[in-house]
Amino acid sequence: MSKQPVAVVGVGQTKHVAARQDVSIAGLVREAAVRALADAELTWADIDAVVIGKAPDFFEGVMMPELYLAEALGAVGKPMLRVHTAGSVGGSTALVAANLVAAGVHGTVLTVAFEKQSESNAMWGLSLPVPFQQPLTAGAGGFFAPHVRAYMRRTGAPDTVGSLVAFKDRRNALKNPYAHLHEHDLTLEQVQTSPMLWDPIRYSETCPSSDGACALVLTGDSGAARAPRPPAWVHGGAMRSEPTIFAGKDYVSPQAGRDCAADVYRQAGVTDPRRQIDLAEIYVPFSWYEPMWLENLGFADQGEGWKLVEAGVTEMDGDLPVNPSGGVLSSNPIGASGMIRFAEAALQVRGLAGEHQIDGARRALGHAYGGGAQFFSMWLVGSERPDH
Amino acid sequence: MSPAARSVDRHGRGRDVAVVAFAQSNHTRRTDQLSEVELVMPVLHDVLKQTGLTANRIGFTCSGSSDYLAGRAFSFTMALDGVGAWPPISESHVEMDGAWALYEAWVKLRTGEADTALVYSYGKSSPGSVRDVLTRQLDPYTLAPLWPDSIALAALQAQALIDAGLTDEPRLAETAVRSRRAATGNPHAQLRGSADPAELLQRPYEVEPLRRHDCPPISDGAAAVILAAGDTARALHANPAWIRGIDHRIEAHQPGVRDLTESPSTRLAAAAAGAFDAPLDAAELHAPFTAQEVVLRRALYLSDDVPVNPSGGPLAANPVMAAGLIRIGEAAALIHRGEAHRVLAHATSGPCLQQNLVAVLEGTNGNRNGNSPRSTDGTRGGAR
Repeated sequence: MSKQPVAVVGVGQTKHVAARQDVSIAGLVREAAVRALADAELTWADIDAVVIGKAPDFFEGVMMPELYLAEALGAVGKPMLRVHTAGSVGGSTALVAANLVAAGVHGTVLTVAFEKQSESNAMWGLSLPVPFQQPLTAGAGGFFAPHVRAYMRRTGAPDTVGSLVAFKDRRNALKNPYAHLHEHDLTLEQVQTSPMLWDPIRYSETCPSSDGACALVLTGDSGAARAPRPPAWVHGGAMRSEPTIFAGKDYVSPQAGRDCAADVYRQAGVTDPRRQIDLAEIYVPFSWYEPMWLENLGFADQGEGWKLVEAGVTEMDGDLPVNPSGGVLSSNPIGASGMIRFAEAALQVRGLAGEHQIDGARRALGHAYGGGAQFFSMWLVGSERPDH
Repeated sequence: MSPAARSVDRHGRGRDVAVVAFAQSNHTRRTDQLSEVELVMPVLHDVLKQTGLTANRIGFTCSGSSDYLAGRAFSFTMALDGVGAWPPISESHVEMDGAWALYEAWVKLRTGEADTALVYSYGKSSPGSVRDVLTRQLDPYTLAPLWPDSIALAALQAQALIDAGLTDEPRLAETAVRSRRAATGNPHAQLRGSADPAELLQRPYEVEPLRRHDCPPISDGAAAVILAAGDTARALHANPAWIRGIDHRIEAHQPGVRDLTESPSTRLAAAAAGAFDAPLDAAELHAPFTAQEVVLRRALYLSDDVPVNPSGGPLAANPVMAAGLIRIGEAAALIHRGEAHRVLAHATSGPCLQQNLVAVLEGTNGNRNGNSPRSTDGTRGGAR
């Protein structure tokens, strides 16, 4: 049973900001969807099904909001699926949509992910008490800071590496009109002296809280042939999960992340990711996760990720640019953040990334993770149609 | 009807996928002593034991649940502990009834990326007031601030049906009695047996025209299903329940813009799933309120001689987020037991049947023994 090839022919996103008070939740998701349809030069009638994803419903205070969003997303009379896999959800949602095309169930699918964080307080949403467990009212930063510290101890990375990543991503964001943070006058020194939030994570090394949505139009061979602009082809995609807490879990480099990357590389025929992949959009909500994920994804040997950062390899003009869009550190509508990584990877191989385009990008990785570093979703997209 | 979905069937592309195991909890009014993990684990162990599989031999896992029922964000991450996701597994989750988790798993098996899938869902309604909790799934700007609860909205739908002359209170009571008496044969059901209709109709209204018997019980419960493709399914079960078609559709959200006596989404999904291509032996309908069975029977062209909800249906046990998956499981179980050959299963979500899924399950041809779930006259019921 061979899968049908899947192509990304439409990409749309909103300008990510702290609070979109000018639109409802429906208005926000529709804005991204309309832009993706415009990119594909398709109309609502061309869409066979809608797959929507977002992080916990408590972030907006609406239970199963897809029910209320059916009309705004043109889904009335069509199938509509709602995915929720924690922070990895934007990526997972795109993969569920891609599978509908790959399985031959639908011809053309619209997939949308969003978060309107201004509707509530995500810090609260991320700190709800877990029955039978020690309360940890410290948000995601409080959860991840000890794992960053463990990485530093394990690898001997100097304290400054995190600030280099944050400064790079915030500078990259200046080239991306959709990025939330546009800090034109930011200096490296300011990043390094910004307030300490969760030691060792400083304020400027932390993702913002954003309102935003992202949408993709996915289709098969015939849809790609009709597309007005170059498609991005899906060369591989996978999800992996492991439990939140268990004895022996490696929080610094979770096995689920390594397995997920290995599955994607196998599907795409990638044996040397550092050389065969031109750039990566990696889910880095706290700066130190860039070197950590470089190792987890096989771009660097164990303990060597921070050296790539220090050597400038992941800069826009390095030989493995990471997050040319500015990444999660510059825009974080949580439920959409994973799909934005997938979308930015697609834009790059389509040659449509604008000012933050990496010249000659032919293969790009989109990556997302969530929960207690336990849910992973990734895809590898390329400018060429896969052979399989 | 989805042209793409139909063309797949017509050209014979796509793999055959079957339900090869089903398990559910004994649904109860409250499970104060059980966490979600403890609710889910026994049904997971049950379906794995039925097939002889272990968690690490399952190709794909998918679950359905709601954070709003659990009262905490990321509630499904805890339930994953019940699966034992180590070494890491290929896994996904929908914030929907488990029937849609099964749909996602069915798609995954159709891609050929996996040969088996574990699907589970669970819901604990007891910690809060579920009729109030469900108001939070309404349009947050125009409906939710009014707190119209799930019973009030179902009452609007029931009144619309009565006003249209499509049912009346005595007939609704008969549906309740039939369902709960059918559940006497189902050890997992919460409400088993019923007083006579005449007695029920003496009781006060919950929200007119609905009395308590017209409403589902408040249930805590869990369910799990194992899907398998092709020869793997044949190796795991002597009589797999093949999914001949599965499709789901959504309607507009505002009850005011819909004709609540009709369910066009159910009819579309049923047509795409091939429900009208051949007669049905039985149907398991996710109609939590008596009046909703009237809407679904009409949408599905079900004649009176097709047995509906031989398990007792959601009027006998309604663990929110699992009740739809249980319909598919009960339909498959009829086939597994050789009591039916071709069964329709339906799941719903949202106010007044806003979103609907239809699956058509069949036994292997020639493997029928003709024991219909209502074989009193030996005739098989049929879709129109």
